[in-house]
Amino acid sequence: MDDLFIGALIASTLRVATPLILCAMAGLLVERAGVVDIGLEGKMLFAAFAAGASGAAFGSTSLALLFAMGASVLLSWLHGFACVSHRGDQVVSGVAINILAAGLTVVLSLAWFHQGGQTPSLGNGVRLQALWPGAAVVLQGIPLIGAFVGPVIGDGLLSHNILVYVSLLLVAAVWWTLYRTRFGLRLRAVGENPHMVDAAGVSVVGLRYAALTLNGLLCGLAGSYLVLAQSAAFAPNMTAGRGFMALAAMIFGNWRPVPALLACLLFGFLDAVAIRLQGVSLPGIGEVPVQAVQALPYLLTVILLAGFIGKPAAPRALARPYLKER
Amino acid sequence: MSSPQALPRWADVFLMPVLNLAIAMAAAAVVVLFVGQNPREVMAVLVHGAFGTARGLSYTLYYATSFIFTGLAVAVAFHGGLFNIGAEGQATLGGLGTGLVAMWLSQRLPAPILLPLMLLGGALFGMAWAAVPAYLQAYRGSHVVITTIMFNFLASTLLVYLLVNHLKQAGGMAIESAPFGPAAHLPGMHEALAWLGIEWPSSPLNISLFLALLAAVGVYALLWHSRAGYRLRAVGSSEGAAAYAGINPKHQVIIAMGLSGALAGMVGMNEIAGVNGKLLLDFVGGAGFTGIAAAVMGRNHPFGIVMASVLFGALFQGGAEVSFEVPGFSRDMVVMLQGFIVLFSGAMAYVIAPWVSRVIQWFGRRSRTARDGDPVKLPEATHG
Repeated sequence: MDDLFIGALIASTLRVATPLILCAMAGLLVERAGVVDIGLEGKMLFAAFAAGASGAAFGSTSLALLFAMGASVLLSWLHGFACVSHRGDQVVSGVAINILAAGLTVVLSLAWFHQGGQTPSLGNGVRLQALWPGAAVVLQGIPLIGAFVGPVIGDGLLSHNILVYVSLLLVAAVWWTLYRTRFGLRLRAVGENPHMVDAAGVSVVGLRYAALTLNGLLCGLAGSYLVLAQSAAFAPNMTAGRGFMALAAMIFGNWRPVPALLACLLFGFLDAVAIRLQGVSLPGIGEVPVQAVQALPYLLTVILLAGFIGKPAAPRALARPYLKER
Repeated sequence: MSSPQALPRWADVFLMPVLNLAIAMAAAAVVVLFVGQNPREVMAVLVHGAFGTARGLSYTLYYATSFIFTGLAVAVAFHGGLFNIGAEGQATLGGLGTGLVAMWLSQRLPAPILLPLMLLGGALFGMAWAAVPAYLQAYRGSHVVITTIMFNFLASTLLVYLLVNHLKQAGGMAIESAPFGPAAHLPGMHEALAWLGIEWPSSPLNISLFLALLAAVGVYALLWHSRAGYRLRAVGSSEGAAAYAGINPKHQVIIAMGLSGALAGMVGMNEIAGVNGKLLLDFVGGAGFTGIAAAVMGRNHPFGIVMASVLFGALFQGGAEVSFEVPGFSRDMVVMLQGFIVLFSGAMAYVIAPWVSRVIQWFGRRSRTARDGDPVKLPEATHG
């Protein structure tokens, strides 16, 4: 393994993990508030479409981000209206959001852009660019360690756009909010024992809507990352199961921000490795089928949920609609 | 918005589903209008495409067949108190089971022996794939919703792996198995009707439709007219009470999911044995998720599920027809409508209940005051 390979591996791990991290944090916030979120996939897809469409229409990165976040916040509120306000089934609502997003994005995209469901490619001015594009070259110039530091730090860690770093900072922000603020304490309490929160005079519905709003904003960022950073346009079903993988990562991280981040990085790493393992024979193991590596995140999550790795600690009031006693 | 008022039974069973469906249709019509189409025209083409010709009707029923299987699968699990999102994966494994039996024995056995074995293979594979999440739910406390989602992904990766590495036809470009022998072919409806002397256009519709209807009757008989079904529903409505009555909830979880998986696994009889005649990728094509929609709309009752499946079959077939006839229309509109239906008939099913209940009460009062006067219109007539 040479330094270039390690650098490329780190870089693609981070690239793949970023939307997972954003979505996993989004899911974590609502699930800690006691609302199941199967709809991460749909919200991210809808946000990706909103980013692609508004980016193409207005040619502005900030407007694209704004529309993406707005669109997925609306879907979050729809989830809230059905499940928090009207106590509908949270899983059914999530399934509905996923199906709705899969259909509606393509319908709107066809109607507005007539490109087989895709949105027009965004120019470089709209897409997010690397923050420090010259970092690798500069670092390579350092004597002695340059040959190592250049590819590994420069290409691996410093070659990314701003959303990658924002997603990492957001993990810290989510952690701080959950464990160091009054709002976070209440949010966690509402996921464990909503009756207690209600008895303390804090609105259960209000807290759950607040969590859903934050959830929408984060899913919006995840969707815009796909369009503004990963590819240059929206394509039908471009999320391709990432929302569910983020859900798996959140569960694998036991509904806690830092372990969830590590799970996202692990899943990103597996994805990066899977592509590079194609047709490579490993010493002692032989050729590993790509599908086995691709299946690993889901398999690991199932094993964790079964209680074979540690003990799963889902919020106690998860999926239970809150009915105030009269 | 005071205390939730109970709806009369007829309103809960017939009026509410019809109203919710109407709202979902209206929401879709708004989008259709918004993208510059005429909902009336789209609807006319859709209905004609789905029911207007023998061929269209055949396609509608062909799609409906798979939805009945997966819809019943979701419903059986639901009555056991479980949400099975994994019908997609179980159907994938079912098709694999059906296909493996066909690949192994289609040159050696005659159709009357082979076809039941293929059915059995599909049902067993689907059952086994559902049994793992069921076991984990019952004995390890992991939530069946999440595990079945994971198992959907695992199923599709497993199928890709097996097809690419082991089952692919040697020398072929496409990722699919070699065609099965003729004994593995489930007769098409046109062939079956030709034996009876009835002429029917050729279509993918095959006699697995009868299997699906039989399964619906079977599920009805099992759930509401057998002790096993009673035990299953008892656990579904109150685990604690069922356990107190001497029913082991853990066993019922396994039974409900096993049955559910077996039903989903029968999709292979329609898609693999009836239509494709070989094993290939993506033959389920989202039927597992449409099954959720069908179960939600059919109120988890076999009769409702058959009706809802025919409706979704009509939407898929009619939608395909519309996309040929109306420029700018795509089948994704049907997916969108499906989303609206799950949303309004499922997640938001009782949002309008207080208003409906108030309207019914208002009519009730009026009919009481006008009791011996002229007959008052019933509320059904106004909403029908």
